[in-house]
Amino acid sequence: MQPGDEIAPLAVTPDKYLTVRYAGASGDFNPIHIDEQFAQQVGLPGRILHGLYTMAQVARAHTDAGGGPGSLKRLSVQFRGMGLPEHELVVTGKVVSAQDGVAVVECGCEQNGKRIIRNAEAELLLSDVSSR
Amino acid sequence: MLRLAGAAGRALLELPRVAVNTGVIGKTYPPAEYAVGREKIREFALAVGETNPLHLDVAAAREAGHADVVAPPMFAVVYSFPALWPVLFDPEIGIDFSRMVHAGQEFAWGPLVVAGDEISTTVSVADISERAGNGFYVFASESVNGRGETVCSGRWSNIVRGA
Repeated sequence: MQPGDEIAPLAVTPDKYLTVRYAGASGDFNPIHIDEQFAQQVGLPGRILHGLYTMAQVARAHTDAGGGPGSLKRLSVQFRGMGLPEHELVVTGKVVSAQDGVAVVECGCEQNGKRIIRNAEAELLLSDVSSR
Repeated sequence: MLRLAGAAGRALLELPRVAVNTGVIGKTYPPAEYAVGREKIREFALAVGETNPLHLDVAAAREAGHADVVAPPMFAVVYSFPALWPVLFDPEIGIDFSRMVHAGQEFAWGPLVVAGDEISTTVSVADISERAGNGFYVFASESVNGRGETVCSGRWSNIVRGA
């Protein structure tokens, strides 16, 4: 990985019931993610994705690029707006530096042309991590 | 809520601010323990769309030198939450959960977590401030495995919107 290189983009469309499965898997049962009526009552268009689910897609793009879960050493994100089920998420990232065995990647996640994760930065180990 | 009549009351209602208690900055909560299970790792990995067999297949994980299936990095959410909930609902901090939005998140990872690990997470209040009527809350988490190694440090940033 060299500065200017892009990591392979990751595109995923969370299905209608994803938020329910992620709520169970993560333990975050905030009703804005799983209850359509409740979400609308508090002024949202409907159930929204967990920000941390979307962050997990950013993480996955990097562990795929880095060769495994041990390659991702740090990830920092800001959440903006809201993610929706049944709409495609696209994660992209560009290497901004690569030295001392660590690549720093500026990254983000878009949905419907809006950047719902921005100002995100990842650190990936450059060493051989094929078994990790 | 205090009811005020007339212009004074309307002026107050037009400038609703989130009352923040900066006195709790630095408060540290008792650690919460989490025992990492094989099926929980699989459930989480499948929910977030992981396909790497290290997360799903014990034999593949062992062949790669791990004691059991490996947690994806974002599994940090699962073992950290039990330590975080009491903070989010601490009356001394007084977060209005219905107005809270998750604004930012940072994780830094150490050694990988595998099924069978027991993780102890401690959360402290890193910062609280009020800007433009909104409350800003930053919590820090530190998760340690049974060998005393820090497996994840987190910074959780939340905004509570003014009314």
